[in-house]
Amino acid sequence: MKTAEELKNFGVIKTEEMVLNMGPQHPSTHGVLRLKIKTDGEIVSEIEPHIGYLHRCFEKHCENVTYEQVIPYVDRCDYLASMNNSHVWAMAVEKLMGIEIPERVEYIRVIMAELQRIASHLMAVGAMGLDLGGITPITYTFRDRERILDLFEYVSGARLLYNYIWIGGVAHDLPPNFVQHTRDFLDWFEPQIVEYDRLLTYNKIFIERTADVGVLPADVAINWGCTGPVLRASGVEWDLRRAEPYSIYDRFDFDVVVGKGEVGTVGDCWDRYWVRVEEMRQCIRIVRQALDQLPPDGDVHAAVPKKVRPPKGEIHFRAENPKGDLGFYIVSDGSPKPYRVKMRSPAFCNLSVINEIARGWMISDVIAVLGSLDIVLGEIDR
Amino acid sequence: MTSFTDFLTTGLLGLSWVPDSAWAGGVLAVAILLGLAVFTLMALNAMVAVYFERKVSAFMQDRLGPMEVGLFGFRGGKRFWGGIGQTVADAVKLVIKEDTIPADSDPRLFRFAPFLIFGAAFCAFIGIPVGYGLVISDFNIGILYVTAISSVGVIGIILTGWASNNKWSLYGAMRSAAQIISYELPLGLSLLLVVMVVGSLQFHDIVAWQEEHRWFLIHSPFTMVAFLIFFMSGVAEVNRTPFDLPESESELVAGFMTEYSGFRWAIFFLSEYANMAIISLMTAIVFLGGWLSPVGSLLRLLGVPEGWYYLDGPIWGVFWIMGKVAFFIFVMMWFRWTWPRLRVDQLMYTAWKVFIPFSLANIFFVGVWELVFG
Amino acid sequence: MEFTEIIARVDQLAPGAFAPAEEGAGHVWVQPEQWLKVAQLLREDPELHFDSLMCLSGHDRGPEQPLWVAYNLHSMDILHKLEVRIEALREGGSIFSVANIWRTADWHEREVYDLFGINFEGHPDMRRILLPVDWEGHPLLKDYTAPDYYRGIPVLKDKRGWE
Repeated sequence: MKTAEELKNFGVIKTEEMVLNMGPQHPSTHGVLRLKIKTDGEIVSEIEPHIGYLHRCFEKHCENVTYEQVIPYVDRCDYLASMNNSHVWAMAVEKLMGIEIPERVEYIRVIMAELQRIASHLMAVGAMGLDLGGITPITYTFRDRERILDLFEYVSGARLLYNYIWIGGVAHDLPPNFVQHTRDFLDWFEPQIVEYDRLLTYNKIFIERTADVGVLPADVAINWGCTGPVLRASGVEWDLRRAEPYSIYDRFDFDVVVGKGEVGTVGDCWDRYWVRVEEMRQCIRIVRQALDQLPPDGDVHAAVPKKVRPPKGEIHFRAENPKGDLGFYIVSDGSPKPYRVKMRSPAFCNLSVINEIARGWMISDVIAVLGSLDIVLGEIDR
Repeated sequence: MTSFTDFLTTGLLGLSWVPDSAWAGGVLAVAILLGLAVFTLMALNAMVAVYFERKVSAFMQDRLGPMEVGLFGFRGGKRFWGGIGQTVADAVKLVIKEDTIPADSDPRLFRFAPFLIFGAAFCAFIGIPVGYGLVISDFNIGILYVTAISSVGVIGIILTGWASNNKWSLYGAMRSAAQIISYELPLGLSLLLVVMVVGSLQFHDIVAWQEEHRWFLIHSPFTMVAFLIFFMSGVAEVNRTPFDLPESESELVAGFMTEYSGFRWAIFFLSEYANMAIISLMTAIVFLGGWLSPVGSLLRLLGVPEGWYYLDGPIWGVFWIMGKVAFFIFVMMWFRWTWPRLRVDQLMYTAWKVFIPFSLANIFFVGVWELVFG
Repeated sequence: MEFTEIIARVDQLAPGAFAPAEEGAGHVWVQPEQWLKVAQLLREDPELHFDSLMCLSGHDRGPEQPLWVAYNLHSMDILHKLEVRIEALREGGSIFSVANIWRTADWHEREVYDLFGINFEGHPDMRRILLPVDWEGHPLLKDYTAPDYYRGIPVLKDKRGWE
C-alpha cells in the first residue's frame, strides 16, 4: 500500500539540478561575464553572475594620474560609448572647478554624445538579434554604425576611443564640412531604422522570443537601481536629459521613450529592445536641432584651464549614458590628481537584476534577457 | 525499369565470359566504386554548398564574403566566383588540424559518433534517385527506407553529446533528440499522403504518377499544405534556422559538436550539408516532380503535344532535379540568414500542436478528395 | 524638500540619528548604530521617500584614519537628493547593510567590501565581487601595497615607469 503522500507524488519524476557554467568564454555573455546557472532541465532556477574578469582597478588608476589623464581611462570603461563617458567626466570636473564653457563646445559635445548614443544602441540592437539566433541584423547595424565611426574618425582621428572631449573644451574644432556630412548621414540613416523594424522588431519569431519574457516591474527596477533604457522600458518616464537637464539638453525638443508593452507586458525584453530603437529616432531629432543651432564659430579651447586643480571638496555628478545613469563621485584634495574617484556604472546595476527577472525561464531566455539588458563588461568590472 | 546499379552489375558482370568465381570480387569492386561515387557526390555537395552559403549570406548581409582565395590562379575579386578556392582551403585546413579529444570523454564513442551521423546520411543516398534511373538501388520501399535511415543519425548526435562529457554538448544532444523525433512524425505523415494517392513507396513510381497527372504541389490544396509541412519539418530535421536549437551557437556554444575539431568536425559539416541535400531531393521528387521539366509539365497540362520543347529526358532531368535541389537549399539558407531562432518549447509546440494535427487532418481530407475526384 | 527640511524631518522622526550638519555642506553624518533605522525611515516615510540609491562609495582619508562610506540617495517622485555618510573603523570596520532596503546596495556593498574591507552586517552574500576570492588586501586603501606575486604570476605594479 502506498501512503497518501506517496500517491500524491505518484508519477512525479524527481529530477536533479545541474549547475551550468556560462562563460567567461561564451558567445552571448557580451564579454567576459560568467553566469553560474542552476538548471532543472531547460528551466533556470537560479542565476549567479560572477564578474571581475576584466577588472583593471580603474579607480586606483585615477588616483595616480591627473584629471586630464583620466579621460582615456573613462573612454575605455564603456568602450561603446566613449564620447558619453568622457563627456560625463568632463562635466563633473568642470562642475567641481566651476568652469563655464563656450556655447560651441556644448553643441559639439551634444552632437558627439547623441551620435555615440545611436552607435551604442545600434550595437545593442544588433547584438540582441545575434543572441536570439538572427545573424543578419548585426551586420546591418554594424554597417550603419560604421558611418558614425567614420564621422568620429573625421573629428578626432580615432574610431573607438576618442579622447576628444577635454576638461573645459574639446580637442579640436569640427573639421570642414562636418555639419554637412552629419546631415547626410542622418538623412541616410533614418530610413534604415525601418529596415531593422522589418527584419527584427516586428518579426513573428522575434516577438515570440521576447514578448512577456523577463518582465521587470517598475518598482523592482527602481529598487535595483536600473536606469536608462532598462528603466524606461518598465514604464518609468525617467531620463536625466529631461529630469535634470545638464549641458544644454533643455534647449532641445525630444520625447522620452517609454515602454508601452505593445506586444506583451510592460518591461519585457521586447520593450527594452524597442525603447533603444525608438531612442535612435529621438537622437536623430536632437542632433538635427543641435546642428541647426550650432554657433558658426568660436574658440573651442577658450575655457580649457592651464592647470586642472579643483578646489578641495567632493562632488557627485551623474548624466544619461546610452546604458543608463553614469555617475562619478569625485573627492578632490586640491592637488592635480583626484583623491578618490568612484564610478557608478549603469551596466553594473542593470546586470545585478538578472537573477530577479530571468529566474524561472529557460536557458534561451536568459540569453534574451542578457541581450536586452545591454551590458558592457568594461564598465561593470572597471 | 533498370537502375544504374543493375546496369553496372548485370551489364558488366553478367557477361557470359565472366567466371563465377570472379563474381563476388566484382560485386565488391562495384560496391566500392559506387560508395566512392556517393562520397564524392557528398563532398562535392558540401564544398559547393558551403561556398554558396558563404556567398549567399554575404550578399544578404551587405558584404562580399570570400574573395581572396582563388583556384588555379583564378581570382575573381569582388564577384560571385571571387573566392572559389576558399572551401578547398577550408577543407585542407580542417583535415590537417589537430584532432582533440577531451581527457574526460569516452574516447571510443567520441571517435565513433561522427561516423554514425555520416553513415546515416551516406546510406540515405543509396535510395534516392538523382535523375531518371540514376540511383544505386531503386527499392520498392524507397521512401520508407530514406526516412528510416536518415533518422539513425540522431543516435550519433546523442552519442556525441554523451561522449563529449560536456554540459553544452549534452543539452544540444537532448534538444536534438527531442526535435528530430518530434519532426519525424509530420514528415512521415506528409509523405504518407502522397503514398496514399500513388499507391507505391517507390520514388520512380511517384515521379511517373506526377508525369501522368500533375505535380503534387498543385494536385490539391491538401498536398500543397503537406508540401509546406514537409519542407518545414525537413528544415527542422536538418537543424537549420529557425530550428537550429541543437547547435544554437549563441546559447549552447556549438551544441553537440562543441568538443569536436578538425576532421571529425568536418564530418559533421559534410553530413549537415548532405542532409540538406537529402531533404531537398525528397521535396523535389515527391512534390515537385523530381526530374520532370517544369516546362514540359506545364505544357502537358495545357494539352500541347510532346516535342523537343518539353526539355525532358535523362540529361535535362539531372539538370531539373539539381536545379530544384539548389533552389531548396537556397531557401534554407535564406531562412537561416533572415530569421531568429525558436525556443525549445515553441519548437515542440510547432511540431505537436500545429504540424501533426494538420498532417492528420490532411490525410483524412486527401482521402475524401481522392474519393470524389480521383 | 530642501536639505535643511530633510534634516529637520529626520531629526523629528529619529532624534539624534544625524550628527549636526556642517555649515554649507551638502551631506550629513549618521550615527552608525542608528543607520538601519534611519535607512528604513528614509525609504518608507512618504514625505522623504528616497526610493533610489544613486551611488554608494567607500572612501579613505589616509593611513591611521577611519574609513567612511557615502550613500547618495534620490527620490524619483519627490525629486530631492541627500548624501548620507557613515564612518567605519579602519581595521575590522562594520556597517549595517541596507541591501534589503535598496537592492542596489547589494553589489555596491560587496564592491566596497572588496576594495576597502568594510564589512556590511546582515548582507545576504558578503563576498568579494571584482577581485578573485583569494586576493590579499583591499586595493583602494591608501596604504595598500600590492603583493609581488599572485599564484605565481608577477603583479604589475603602479609607478613602474608608465605612470
